[in-house]
Amino acid sequence: MSETQEIAQMAHLMRRAGFGASRDELERLVEQGYEETVEQLVDPPADIPRADLHLLFRYMPSLETGGPVTVPGAANWLYHLVNTQRPLEEKMALFWHGIFAVGNSKVDNDNHLTAMVDMFRDHGTGNYRDLLIMLAQSPAMIYWLDNHENHKRSPNENWGRELLELFSMGVGNYTEKDVFECARAFTGWTLGPKIPRVPNHRFFFQFEFRPEEHDYGEKEFLGRTGNFDGLDIIDIILEEEACPRFIARHLYTFFVADEPQVPAWDIEPPKDPEAIDYLAGVFKDSNFEIKPVLRALFNSDFFKEATFQKVKSPVETVVSTLRLTEDLFGPQPALIELGQESAHMGQSLHNPPSVEGWSTGPNWINSGAVVGRINFVADRVSNTELPGVQKICQRVAASNGTNMRPDEMVDQCLDLFGPLDVGEATRLELIEHASEGGDLSWSEDYDGASERVGEMLALIAATTEYQFG
Amino acid sequence: MTTATKSKDPVVVIIQLTGGNDYMNSVVPYADGYYNDARNGELCIGEDQVLKIDDHFGLHPTMAPLKELYDDGEMALIHGVGYPNSPRSHFRSMDIWHTCEPNKVGTEGWVGRAIRDLDPTGENPVTGVHIGQGLPRSLVVPGVTVASVADLSTYGLLTGIERQRQREKMLERFVNMYGRAIGTGYVQEYLGRTGLDALKGADILKEGLGRYETSVEWGTEQISRSLKDMATIHCADLGTRVFYTQLIGFDTHANQKPVFEKLWTDLSRAISDFWDDVKAHDRADNVIMFLFTEFGRRVRDNGSGSDHGAGGGCFVIGPNAVGGMHGEFPSINPKDLEQGDLVPNHDFRGVYSTLLEDWMGLDAKPIVDGEFEKLRFVEPLMATA
Repeated sequence: MSETQEIAQMAHLMRRAGFGASRDELERLVEQGYEETVEQLVDPPADIPRADLHLLFRYMPSLETGGPVTVPGAANWLYHLVNTQRPLEEKMALFWHGIFAVGNSKVDNDNHLTAMVDMFRDHGTGNYRDLLIMLAQSPAMIYWLDNHENHKRSPNENWGRELLELFSMGVGNYTEKDVFECARAFTGWTLGPKIPRVPNHRFFFQFEFRPEEHDYGEKEFLGRTGNFDGLDIIDIILEEEACPRFIARHLYTFFVADEPQVPAWDIEPPKDPEAIDYLAGVFKDSNFEIKPVLRALFNSDFFKEATFQKVKSPVETVVSTLRLTEDLFGPQPALIELGQESAHMGQSLHNPPSVEGWSTGPNWINSGAVVGRINFVADRVSNTELPGVQKICQRVAASNGTNMRPDEMVDQCLDLFGPLDVGEATRLELIEHASEGGDLSWSEDYDGASERVGEMLALIAATTEYQFG
Repeated sequence: MTTATKSKDPVVVIIQLTGGNDYMNSVVPYADGYYNDARNGELCIGEDQVLKIDDHFGLHPTMAPLKELYDDGEMALIHGVGYPNSPRSHFRSMDIWHTCEPNKVGTEGWVGRAIRDLDPTGENPVTGVHIGQGLPRSLVVPGVTVASVADLSTYGLLTGIERQRQREKMLERFVNMYGRAIGTGYVQEYLGRTGLDALKGADILKEGLGRYETSVEWGTEQISRSLKDMATIHCADLGTRVFYTQLIGFDTHANQKPVFEKLWTDLSRAISDFWDDVKAHDRADNVIMFLFTEFGRRVRDNGSGSDHGAGGGCFVIGPNAVGGMHGEFPSINPKDLEQGDLVPNHDFRGVYSTLLEDWMGLDAKPIVDGEFEKLRFVEPLMATA
């Protein structure tokens, strides 16, 4: 493999398993090797740090409180996303937030959303069984899906149904009776203390098991009979073949290539059935440990070949831009507003539109969102005062300081802003645009040349190709 | 501002009340003993509080501006709207209202279909305008463009490029590149079309913004800003036929009294300002406003709020609304309830059909997927034009 190909492949890995990387970092990682980099992403050593949360709260203590609004919580998460050196942890937190989709629109107590995201960050690459148990006992989830209303005498099926339909197996793999029996098994898994009735007054809920609310009777679930409780239900689900396949398909659509939306999965077969078989097999064989299946995924050929198969999500768009341009490091008041940017493009952190999570892939694109995402990226990459943009300019200048032809400039920009392998028609259009300004001379007019590079990066950000992750 | 070029094509303004509006406390059957039994605490809007519209029904006290419209014969109240076997889940219910598919997960929104029928070749990218973030499913149909505008004043592409001449050149390149994406695979092509439409739409809307002046002192709440953006676009004659926005927060399980009061205070003011504005511009005659929600609330409250119910109601407002009450308010007698809920007696697809056929002049059947009973809550535009 040529050096260019190696850089391109590493950039692909870092875009999907993280939020992109600067050219300096890509060169360092290529030096280190692909598999070693996968290993470091999947199982980072303890001395590679996350974002420093204490530092954030020392400067911005207001971000510690949530309540009815998600603004502080989203800013808090953006701080993690931009500052972490363990990007796959954040990616997996986003992954689970999109599947175990809980919204503060209902929970109305945003500290619980932050607690849930913390849980995904801490355990999102751990064991799926553990995660399901933590989820079933998470106050945000209990409230979101009304399990505090799930009583022995009047079962509420909301959690029971979504556990099967959206969190573990998918439609078509259970009956309505199974839903009801599942709900019965989770009766008494509730919250304490009571939900406050006073406006703007919020207690921190805690999971509570109330034996007097629990239905200890016999249940018939997925063909088994017994006096099941919630833990038994989770163990039975894990024995079903549908479960690892369901999570494998989610991993595939999140990391490899856009699939149809989840409600269509019982009708539409996977794009790459062999890949799903493979991932599901690894997942089951490892007893639902998540790291082995991630390792297998990133090292697979189907992953490495899957370029231009995924439309970037709004969060990916925002975070990768902020990281590349080095626009936002450490605690800054700008976090508050920037934390809402992805919401303007259709992805409001802590507030997925429904328990089905976000509609992803091409559904991220509509005439409103496309304007928002192009402008966000273009505004930043054309700002030659940002350190990341200056670094790109320095590299372009270093390649040819005196008489740089427009096509050279375009190729350099495409290379350093990715590398982004645009179609030939797009490339020619970019070159034609650059040609209007003639050759560049960095040695004679560095600022003028920088400005032209910034504008070229903005135009590249507006291409259709750039919208893919 | 000239009125000579004013378009007379029918226009609909849709406001989605997200979360499940408590219709029974919006249009209150205050004289019904069963109402006073079911709502016997702070959620009871008693005879001394309601804005009476007859000797049985009254509007919530926060709706004074709407009461004026009602008294002028410009507001239709449609009772008992819903569908059989209401699932009581927000997401599913809203999906059903959005896609007209009560039995399966639909992918096409009814409003998007209507926009396609209004502008089959996608000639005008602002035939449908959504004010808000993203696009609700009701507006989503593959290949149908809807301009989605969060804030009209800052809307546009590559607005951060400072050298204006340079920005114009870049936009020309953009048009060329996106034009070439057509025919290069589904997602690329979709991106290409969407990008081009967005650019064209932004240009058109920007032009409209420059032409608008108002003497109305609009409120500053989000819903006021959204309706003001709509009034701006409508008064600029850009050919927009469908406006859509939503007001979030109607899921009042707890603490309903102050929350509900705030929502309806803001909404009533915004609606009233909207009509004042478009009337002042002499552009009200071809507009109708339609308010819907995914479901009503439980008949009996829970002490501080109300839970998800079934049958709700709709509001239709404008000079061409057939003022008054339509349909039948479902019985609140406990023996007539289903699982504690009102039993809807008018299918929501019938409401859509009236709007689509009698107002917009479209064939409703393919849009709502079937034929449903219609109520006459709107004067066909032809009769008044």
